[in-house]
Amino acid sequence: MQGNVACAEGALAAGCTFFAGYPITPSTEVAEHMAAKLPKRKGCFIQMEDEIASMAAIIGAAWTGVRAMTATSGPGFSLMMENIGYAVMSETPCVLINVQRGGPSTGQPTMAAQGDMMQVRFGSHGDFSIIALAPSTVQECFELTAKAFNLADQFRCPVFLMADEVIGHMRERITIPDSVQIVRPKPLQEGMLPFAPEDDLIPGFAAFGTGRKIPVTGLTHNEKGYPDSTNPARHESLVRRLVDKIETVRHSIADYEIVNEEAEYVFVCYGSPVRTVQEVVQRAKTPGTGYLHLRMIWPFPEQLLSRFPNVKAFIVPELNLGMISREVERHVCVPVISAGKIGGELHAPDELVAIVEQLRSGGCP
Amino acid sequence: MRHEVRFSGFGGQGIILSAVILGRAAALYDNRYAVQTQVYGPEARGGASMSQVIIDDEPILFPKVKKPNLFVIMSQEGFEKYGKTASPDATMLIDSGLVHDRPECICIEIPATREAKTQLGRDIVANIIMLGSLVAATGVVSAQALEQAILASVPKGTEELNLKAMRLGFALAVPEA
Repeated sequence: MQGNVACAEGALAAGCTFFAGYPITPSTEVAEHMAAKLPKRKGCFIQMEDEIASMAAIIGAAWTGVRAMTATSGPGFSLMMENIGYAVMSETPCVLINVQRGGPSTGQPTMAAQGDMMQVRFGSHGDFSIIALAPSTVQECFELTAKAFNLADQFRCPVFLMADEVIGHMRERITIPDSVQIVRPKPLQEGMLPFAPEDDLIPGFAAFGTGRKIPVTGLTHNEKGYPDSTNPARHESLVRRLVDKIETVRHSIADYEIVNEEAEYVFVCYGSPVRTVQEVVQRAKTPGTGYLHLRMIWPFPEQLLSRFPNVKAFIVPELNLGMISREVERHVCVPVISAGKIGGELHAPDELVAIVEQLRSGGCP
Repeated sequence: MRHEVRFSGFGGQGIILSAVILGRAAALYDNRYAVQTQVYGPEARGGASMSQVIIDDEPILFPKVKKPNLFVIMSQEGFEKYGKTASPDATMLIDSGLVHDRPECICIEIPATREAKTQLGRDIVANIIMLGSLVAATGVVSAQALEQAILASVPKGTEELNLKAMRLGFALAVPEA
């Protein structure tokens, strides 16, 4: 099965019944598959006029209580930024798949990249936090998409599946379970205001039409949901809560794989470059190497970096000119080698081995 | 045993489908591991199309083909772009009516498009003939797996035509059999 189709199957298994989107290479197969499947399940597929409207549509759908999703790539992702902020501020659970391609602008529609890793975290204006996952196999396309819906409902925020063209278009065998775990938002309790947080900093959720009055706004608002945008303390407590509800649990929700904690040269990787790193560390058994494979990039679980007591350098191979490498750099005291690669091709295993050998011989790649 | 198989021809010949069928045969019916990737350009028809499959007994980590050992080449442009640099120990099946050059590696000439037209009346199944020949000549997947994968992949109503093409491919690759 193709990675993009596996994303769609993961969404369907998770009970997604609403898809709004605008086709764009290399993500289009997600929309195609949802368009073929959703009507047969009494779901709704709607092709919108652009990505701004697509994002608006899934926010509206989510407030009716259904699981809603869109899929896009770089240029469309840029258009979605404004409404992503709206989803953050209004605490709307929704899932976005970004099958990344080369940018900036229309760039390389058919080639792989991971150039949107900072945009997903910081692209919309203002202070906020989100959750971003990255698949490195077709199986993970299925599993992480299904998981994204649970995280979106649990934390009431947009959750992103940051795939790339290699994974999106690759075909591999996958195993689809009979059912997947489904965690819906906790309900809004009787007597609680719609934006009053519980102990976990997250308010209960009541969909439109279920009897509660739920004002929804992008303006800074009070716990009733009414705008209150000139009160500094109100803004500070709201926005800090939106950040903290995700950041305070970043270590407990981390999704990762660590291989060889004793390593001196540690790769930090996510998405399709994981495959090259696994080839170098596991198959070729390049001496002294290990890796941290992050399936969840944001929130960034920096404590995992201290799991390598012998590390001499971290190497971050990613399909951009150095994004997550900067995040690694600000948390550690050893050298961080940014092995960014752009143009659309994966790192070959030899390229990564060469970096390790250069480091071992005292050089600086 | 790891095989890296590269298919190339012009857009519309079913180059991508060939790779999908071969990968499906290995992964679903021979119970091995397979990863299929493709050069995914803007050309839908015409132009040089290319698709690759890795087949292995172990899980496939690095998903891109490094040095293909098997080639299926169905156009001159495909040969020039994706076949010319084949290593000398590789095996290449070429559609001998459409590719004028010959590689320096082991070359098996299959007049697939001509035979598809004259024997089956449909040149659209030339890619299935090539697949049949590839499997008969190299054993990269089992013949049963190939048959099952073809049946699972081709449009309804064309099963018999495609199986005939596959068997024709077997016969062209191993004339004495």
